[in-house]
Amino acid sequence: MKPAPLTCHSPTTLDEAVRLLHDLGPEAKVIAGGQSLVPVLNMRLATPAHLVDITGLPGLDEIRVSAEAVEVGALVTHRRLEQDDAAHAALPLLRQALVNVAHPAIRNRGTTVGSLAHADPNGEMPMILALTGGSVTAASVRGERTITASELFVGPMETVLEPDEILVSARFGRFAEGTRTAFTELTRRSGDYALAGAALALQVSDGQLRTARMGFVSVTELPDALDLTELVAGRPASTSADIAEAVVERVTEHIAPESDIHATADYRRHLTGVLARRLLTELTADIPARGAA
Amino acid sequence: MTTDNAPGTYDLEAGRERTQPVALTVNGVEHRLDIPGRRLLSDALRHDLGLTGTHVGCEHGVCGACTVLLDGQPVRSCLIFAATVQGREITTVEGIGDDPEHPSPVQQAFIDSHALQCGFCTPGFITTIEAFLAENPDPSREEAREAISGNLCRCTGYQNIVTAVCRAAELKRAAGRATAGCAGCPGSGTAAGEEQP
Ligand SMILES: Cc1cc2nc3c(=O)[nH]c(=O)nc-3n(C[C@H](O)[C@H](O)[C@H](O)COP(=O)(O)OP(=O)(O)OC[C@H]3O[C@@H](n4cnc5c(N)ncnc54)[C@H](O)[C@@H]3O)c2cc1C
Ligand code: FES
Ligand code: FES
Repeated sequence: MKPAPLTCHSPTTLDEAVRLLHDLGPEAKVIAGGQSLVPVLNMRLATPAHLVDITGLPGLDEIRVSAEAVEVGALVTHRRLEQDDAAHAALPLLRQALVNVAHPAIRNRGTTVGSLAHADPNGEMPMILALTGGSVTAASVRGERTITASELFVGPMETVLEPDEILVSARFGRFAEGTRTAFTELTRRSGDYALAGAALALQVSDGQLRTARMGFVSVTELPDALDLTELVAGRPASTSADIAEAVVERVTEHIAPESDIHATADYRRHLTGVLARRLLTELTADIPARGAA
Repeated sequence: MTTDNAPGTYDLEAGRERTQPVALTVNGVEHRLDIPGRRLLSDALRHDLGLTGTHVGCEHGVCGACTVLLDGQPVRSCLIFAATVQGREITTVEGIGDDPEHPSPVQQAFIDSHALQCGFCTPGFITTIEAFLAENPDPSREEAREAISGNLCRCTGYQNIVTAVCRAAELKRAAGRATAGCAGCPGSGTAAGEEQP
């Protein structure tokens, strides 16, 4: 189907863009890569009278790596972030997750920050923002404000952003030294949204597990992160098989999957437990015991 | 460029939908169009420019039939408003090869490998594979399979399309060797001396 009639505005400065959004009111919507918005418009699930296209705004296409974070501008596509070697070296979890976002042709146009604004708990990157303790920066005619991941997401596809705010960047926090990360998900077909997915950040030092945080895709109401530190802290990596039982139990308590045509809630809960166990096994397999090399 | 903020998208006096000027560069040629803001790139290509090689299947990004290259990278033209890609370089299947007598290496490989039946999905495969081979000129069969995993074909069962990716890579490498001084550059499959449109 085709979108309902609309006017497409292409501002060339951020000031002009936030002014337009403010003046046009709730009938206007921001469009970045359009990879989530245009399907919605094509199916006429939304019929905004105005689109404010932000792809022509200067200065929003940078990736900056600092000691604490990887900062990603609003116009950085999934694909560019995935292929950025400095970002990968600083926070491997970004690429580990991004290669699971749709197909390359979608990642070539869709922006990572746009997927955060979209706030789909079936999306990979909102969870990664939560897992890394990240934040976003929003601009409006009232100025800029920073919103942490835990404040940003308030419901499935719902954020605290005002309709006249534009996200200008996102900050994915880097993990403490000695943190290993992995991401895994199950899909019916390559590139599909996950039936269930999970990521683990596990801090290890001296042959012992220190901290653990896990995030989930498609099985929680909000993109969030579960702290598993108390289950692992101080335990040698060699006991990970015992720890896995407790982790799977905690994880299946925490998640709240729903049934749909692709899978039942019970099946998703089972899959998530399997994925949690796999992640733990993968990240502890090659940890030398204390005192060894 | 900002159009006027008139509340309606219909011009009541003229009795038709409002349009806005949009400049598109397609296959190296700049076009100036006056089209509604809601015009999808896929429709601008097909309806306004008559480039009907780009096919439209699902209109929500899933099938890949509408894939074109935006600054050399494959994208879904059904998920892009024409007004948002002004000044960018758009390449359609016609820009890759538009002469039945001289198919591009990827098109020739599809013929050689019997990689199409009804042909509806083919333009999306050709554009996707063209960009893939520019990045990976010597793919394994597994990599070829992965590269086309975002395009749907209801006819062939994919095996011959995977074969065509590998065959196209071969043809491109051979053409690269034949074109003196140009080996390895993207698009080196173009026969020597042939003009780019
Ligand atoms: C076939 C297909 C498969 C997909 N599979 C996956 C998948 O497996 N996993 C996944 O995570 N995603 C998937 N996606 C969605 C994709 O990741 C989108 O690119 C992304 O969700 C949105 O980014 P965008 O730049 O395209 O945003 P748009 O579509 O332009 O916008 C999405 C929403 O966010 C708002 N928005 C965008 N940018 C900003 C901003 N800077 N400030 C304020 N608001 C903003 C818009 O108003 C809109 O409401 C898929 C999409 C398709 C079509
Ligand atoms: S028509 Fe665009 S992806 Fe199907
Ligand atoms: S050849 Fe018919 S859909 Fe692919």
